[in-house]
Amino acid sequence: MPLKVELVSAERQVWSGEAGFVVARTLDGELGILPGHVPLLGVLAEGFTVRITGGDAGEGVEVATHGGFLSVSDDDVTILAEIAELSSDVDVARARAALERATGAGDDAESESAAARARARLAAAGQSA
Amino acid sequence: MGAQVRVYRRRIRSVRATAKITRAFELIAASRMIKAQQRVAASTPYAEAITRAVSAVASQSGIDHPLTTKHENATRAAVLLITSDRGLAGAYSSNVLKEGESLTAHLRASGFEVLPYIVGRKGLAYYRFRDRFIADEWSGFSESPSYANAKDVADTLIAAFNTPTDDGGIDEIHVVYTQFISMLTQTPVIRRILPLEVEETTEAPAGGAILSYEFEPGAEGVLDALLPRYVEARVYNALLQGAASELAARRRACKSATDNAEELIKTYTRLANAARQADITQEISEIVGGADALAASGSE
Repeated sequence: MPLKVELVSAERQVWSGEAGFVVARTLDGELGILPGHVPLLGVLAEGFTVRITGGDAGEGVEVATHGGFLSVSDDDVTILAEIAELSSDVDVARARAALERATGAGDDAESESAAARARARLAAAGQSA
Repeated sequence: MGAQVRVYRRRIRSVRATAKITRAFELIAASRMIKAQQRVAASTPYAEAITRAVSAVASQSGIDHPLTTKHENATRAAVLLITSDRGLAGAYSSNVLKEGESLTAHLRASGFEVLPYIVGRKGLAYYRFRDRFIADEWSGFSESPSYANAKDVADTLIAAFNTPTDDGGIDEIHVVYTQFISMLTQTPVIRRILPLEVEETTEAPAGGAILSYEFEPGAEGVLDALLPRYVEARVYNALLQGAASELAARRRACKSATDNAEELIKTYTRLANAARQADITQEISEIVGGADALAASGSE
């Protein structure tokens, strides 16, 4: 039985469908979810992407999240994030500009999280940061 | 033309100009409302998912988190009022304010000090005119709030909530907003955001009992990260509901204003016609009277 994956951001549902495998990185480390996973609720790490493969996702959907959570129960996987962007929606030039701006701005917490965000978006788009 | 007719014509012109304005407002509100409704619908999956997650963590036994437990002898409560920036929306803002007043009175009666946080210029004007204390205020986005606006409001509230009561913090957060039920019905409602009052869990989760979750990193850590997002989502939802309700209220108010104006135009047109007819009748009788008088004097 495949996983039912729902990807929702604060403003809308970004993606939903069936998938075979989800890879995400929580604060505790990287994590793969296959059907039959125990119920889980995790906080996603900033600056990394979530990868959904198999089923409707086909070759794989890469998502950049900010302020995200992962919840698994009964083969329902919900990824909720304040901001979630699919790799196909990422504007590479803008992300790169944001990264440069953030790294140039100094190393306070805010610009560091902005840099992590930009890096995640670039990674989702398959670009190296 | 008689003076009376001129007066009526002037009134008709002015009422017609007003009707044009209210008609335009009605159409604008109607078209924006569809978008506002869609935004409410689009944000629902997130709100539901985060509520599910929060209730999953909160229902785990043995979690003692400041955000979920009621403070002992709580004394300060924040009341977030969501009103509109502009008028011409019937009783939209005043309904929220009225509801806010009754909540404030109720909280005061149970020994709370009430701190009003206000969204929307109408609410601000109401409080400023009465020279009341305002803890914080936001305005300029009542018709189309973005998530960043909600975050702004929520961050202020959470920061105040995390401050000890003695240093000017708050112990409870309530929100008063207007729930959008349908195009015709919008009701002002009061909700307590914190301490947690998970209210959307009326039905048992699928499979009966609540599943026991694994948490990464730990239940407390997840809750720490989750609750601010939850407050943001609740505030965002309240803002969106308010926006849709405001537009619906404005559409209705402007529609009845347009209808009334058309009614007035009809009445005045009838009066003007009657006045014009009276003028003509009078002129004829004057002419006939004059002719009769001439004829009478000529025959003598």
